[in-house]
Amino acid sequence: MNLKLKIWRQKNSTAKGKIVDYYINEISSDMSFLEMLDVLNADLIKKGEEPVSFDHDCREGICGSCSLHINGRPHGPDGGITTCQLHMRKFKDGDSIVIEPFRSKAFPIVKDLIIDRSSFDRVQHAGAFVSVNTSGNTQDANATPINKVDADHAFDAAACIGCGACVAACKNASAMLFVSAKVSQYALLPQGQVERKKRVTDMVSQMDEEGFGACTNTGACEIECPKGISVTNIARMNREFIESNLK
Amino acid sequence: MEDNRSKYNFALLNANQVVIMSFFLLSSIGKKVAMSLSAFFLISFLLLHVAINFLSVVSGTMYNEASHFMGTNPIIQFVMQPILILGVLFHFTMGFVLEYQNRRARPLKYAMKNDQRNSSWLSRNMIISGLVILAFLGLHFYDFWLPEMRYKYIEFKPPNEHRYFSELVHKFEDPLRVGFYTLSFILLMLHLLHGFQSAFQSLGINNKFTPTIKKTAWTFSVVVPMTFVFIALFHHLKH
Repeated sequence: MNLKLKIWRQKNSTAKGKIVDYYINEISSDMSFLEMLDVLNADLIKKGEEPVSFDHDCREGICGSCSLHINGRPHGPDGGITTCQLHMRKFKDGDSIVIEPFRSKAFPIVKDLIIDRSSFDRVQHAGAFVSVNTSGNTQDANATPINKVDADHAFDAAACIGCGACVAACKNASAMLFVSAKVSQYALLPQGQVERKKRVTDMVSQMDEEGFGACTNTGACEIECPKGISVTNIARMNREFIESNLK
Repeated sequence: MEDNRSKYNFALLNANQVVIMSFFLLSSIGKKVAMSLSAFFLISFLLLHVAINFLSVVSGTMYNEASHFMGTNPIIQFVMQPILILGVLFHFTMGFVLEYQNRRARPLKYAMKNDQRNSSWLSRNMIISGLVILAFLGLHFYDFWLPEMRYKYIEFKPPNEHRYFSELVHKFEDPLRVGFYTLSFILLMLHLLHGFQSAFQSLGINNKFTPTIKKTAWTFSVVVPMTFVFIALFHHLKH
């Protein structure tokens, strides 16, 4: 198939970016979206032009680094997948595809389609951990009985790969789904009880400091999340936050 | 000992409640909680308001009696009314603050955004429906509250328990006013359709009762504003 690509190009974090048009031919519908970009970059290098910079690592939907905003949606037109799992069969010959980086004040652009998501790391550092003795006497986690329902909910929350699609999809660039998933996966488990109150206040505090917006409950984050993280986690985080400040 | 508490761990402040509340409102979740609580307060007032207004359809005398009670009872006039005005001002102010902060969170907009694929227009445009409702409240204050204040506290006219129904009927004679009134209540319906059920989520309530909460909130959000519209059209067409 032949395609017109409209790609955000930006030399560095301080330069002004713009959409640049590229035409690419003979793309196989069996290619992944990132392979299509690889072909484009090979063409650009042949022509002596600067290739398009984009993040990628595992290319199997686990690392969450391939975060592109494609035709107005995080990770593109398909549901429940990351960009690397998107295939060109989802597009038609002659299509025009707009490719942008995830946009948020807290995700500054590094170059072209690459963004700096270290704000997510700082939010995690603020509280997404448990206090365990790692001196060699660590108790086997399986030795602690855990209610099956809680274990399942904690596992579902822990499926979050921190790709940032929730921020990209939200009209307020809110990170509530990501932060709530991290808060939930610990709040639901006995191992997470020690820092329970402090965790939620510290993580919400860091989230706000990073400049993410507030949640308006549009539900867009849940729809676009490649791992199907539910907004019930946001309700749980709200509850945790209110309770930690009332008690 | 080093104090390593978070700036949002307000329960540890041990200061007075006002200070705790002001710090709580600095957080994004605190602001949403405050929006939800003020919304519930305004929703409960809306229910009282529509019940009294509906009396005007049933009986002018009953409407006059209820309005006279509301207009002369000192607890309602000097305690509930100021709380209501503060509640309205708080809800709107906090709404604007959140909208401003949320817009700042994405300084550079997308060239293309397919929002309609993942969220409803209602949920994304609460500020638009809110602004129309604010404009309506301006008209309502000009139409109702200011004349009431002038009547009672500037001109010091004697209480007249028979005037309310005729004043109401007179207000709904103007088709332009009825048109704007109808438009405003349609926007209120849209505002409530997202806002009412969303307030529960902001307060951390999302459980097995959520489907029932959503259905109840939907019913309220349609029935109450449309009853206001029915009352306006009833008097406009009848008199």
